[in-house]
Amino acid sequence: MNLKKTKLFAENIRKNILFTAHKAGSKSAHIGGALSVADIFAVLYSDILRINKKKIQDENRDRLILSKGHACLALYSALAQKKIISKKDLETFESDDSNLLGHPIMNKSIGIEFSTGSLGMGLSLGIGVAIAAKKKKKKFKVFVILGDGECNEGSVWESVLCAGHFKLDNLFIIVDRNNFQQTGENKSIMDLKNLKSKFKSFGCETFEINGHNLKEIYKTLNLKTKNKPRAIVANTIKGKGVQMFEKDNNWHHSIITNTTYKNILKNL
Amino acid sequence: MEKNIKLWSSLGMRATFGLIALDLVKKNPNLIITTSDVSTSAGLDRFKNQFPENYIDVGIAEQNLIGVSAGLSSEGYDVISTTFSPFQTLRCCEQIKVNLGYMKNKICMVGLASGLVLGNLGFTHCSIEDIGTLRSIPNISIVVPSDPFELYKLLNKAISYEDSIYIRLTSGANSKIINSKDYDFKIGKAVEILKGEDVVIIGNGNILHNCLEAAKQLKEKEINCTVINCHTIKPIDKDMVKDAAENNRLIITVEEHNIIGGLGSAVAEVLSEEKNSCKLIRLGANDFYSSGGSYDYLKNIYGLSIEKIIKTVLSNF
Ligand SMILES: Cc1ncc(C[n+]2csc(CCOP(=O)(O)OP(=O)(O)O)c2C)c(N)n1
Ligand SMILES: [Mg+2]
Repeated sequence: MNLKKTKLFAENIRKNILFTAHKAGSKSAHIGGALSVADIFAVLYSDILRINKKKIQDENRDRLILSKGHACLALYSALAQKKIISKKDLETFESDDSNLLGHPIMNKSIGIEFSTGSLGMGLSLGIGVAIAAKKKKKKFKVFVILGDGECNEGSVWESVLCAGHFKLDNLFIIVDRNNFQQTGENKSIMDLKNLKSKFKSFGCETFEINGHNLKEIYKTLNLKTKNKPRAIVANTIKGKGVQMFEKDNNWHHSIITNTTYKNILKNL
Repeated sequence: MEKNIKLWSSLGMRATFGLIALDLVKKNPNLIITTSDVSTSAGLDRFKNQFPENYIDVGIAEQNLIGVSAGLSSEGYDVISTTFSPFQTLRCCEQIKVNLGYMKNKICMVGLASGLVLGNLGFTHCSIEDIGTLRSIPNISIVVPSDPFELYKLLNKAISYEDSIYIRLTSGANSKIINSKDYDFKIGKAVEILKGEDVVIIGNGNILHNCLEAAKQLKEKEINCTVINCHTIKPIDKDMVKDAAENNRLIITVEEHNIIGGLGSAVAEVLSEEKNSCKLIRLGANDFYSSGGSYDYLKNIYGLSIEKIIKTVLSNF
């Protein structure tokens, strides 16, 4: 990995997120959870995922599934950074007939694997794809990104159990552990207690990392395991990168006004 | 009351729901509101802070939400559960069937932002299947209030009603006022909100605004429409439908829902058993998922804009 390059990639993802959210105006956007996962997206898209813009639907491509679909701005921004979509496309965010709505709409031609947005569904899809890869003797990997609040859903745990049972060592479960969900802290809405030990007891090889440390993310994603799915609890800060958004859950879903936009660009 | 009607319509159904809930719990300490991490979206922040004992958030876990609510109800509590419509209905469909339908544990479910209002979030967040799905489950009534004032009247009756009720909220902030004066509201009894003699438009939810506007413009072309607010889809007001069929040659149903399974279907079922039936056109989502976009964009695509309702009347009259 070229740390400088990945750093720049992350910075640009954040800029694109803010640019697009600002463009959306009063339609508003999910901002906090996109910024918290931005560094993970940067490492994945700049250094890990084997995807080729020219052969975007190649059957050997790695698959990324954003199960916490409301963080779609991180995904769209990464796709823009990879030039799979254009900055002009970003400007259509949430507008009529756009490919880029407030949640990802399945569109394999621009690298969006599945429609997500109803929480707790992405990991099951990832398991199906990972089992298929094994059956077809394909080498590609499957990365599924979950929110911590999303882990309230029972369906998440049904699928984690399943991932362990089928020994899916081609599957990477990444939890954006930003400690907030829609209406407050995880702790006060539904305490998740020790996430890592839960994944472990469900049969995963588990890791707990700093989700803003690019090197650590990269290193963890490259560790070898056998016969077990990987679950990475990435400790993050909701709203990371914009000081006035950090740990302020009012930015879970909000509007970036012209004034706010000017201010945050200065202090990015 | 008229001041409230204006204020509530500017707040929209969701925020009004939160205000009414505060009112209800003051009168009824036996009331518990259950949610899935959506207090803010349901206008319940004040409720949550002022009445923590009457508020239970089960986390983002909607199947659990229905089970917990049914358990509370079985112990004698009055329960209102709420979250966004797709998650309040389809996500926990079997829990609704077994816990509420089959066992008849009675709760009141409030589906937020149903229909097309969240169109720019995509169809994971639109809800055009909720009525059709729940209508096939026995012992669940379904009511779609036309505006926040009607929601107020409904909620005051819903808790003591004999069945579990699904309350489907449509439109966003600045919803349209359909009922500007007080009127008689009864679950299961449709309301004639405009009297005509040529065509009957039957609708429910806030889309009734477009029905009324269409009727106004059609009047200029000398077509007088009756507009009926059929807020209760189940049980459907059969007398209203029979009456409409006997005295008119065209009925048009208008709904923010798939035309399969919703209001149009319910009306068609009644008509099909009548000798004196008449032509029926069902306006609504014609059984496909459109591309996403604004509320108006989707209403237009699904033939629910004022212009398209007028066009439908003119070409079928
Ligand atoms: C099934 C379902 N229930 C509820 C919602 C509404 N919702 C959207 S985001 C969110 C909070 C998610 O929290 P988390 O997974 O921690 O996301 P993050 O903090 O990263 O934004 C909720 C409840 C939803 N999209 N899907
Ligand atoms: Mg979170």
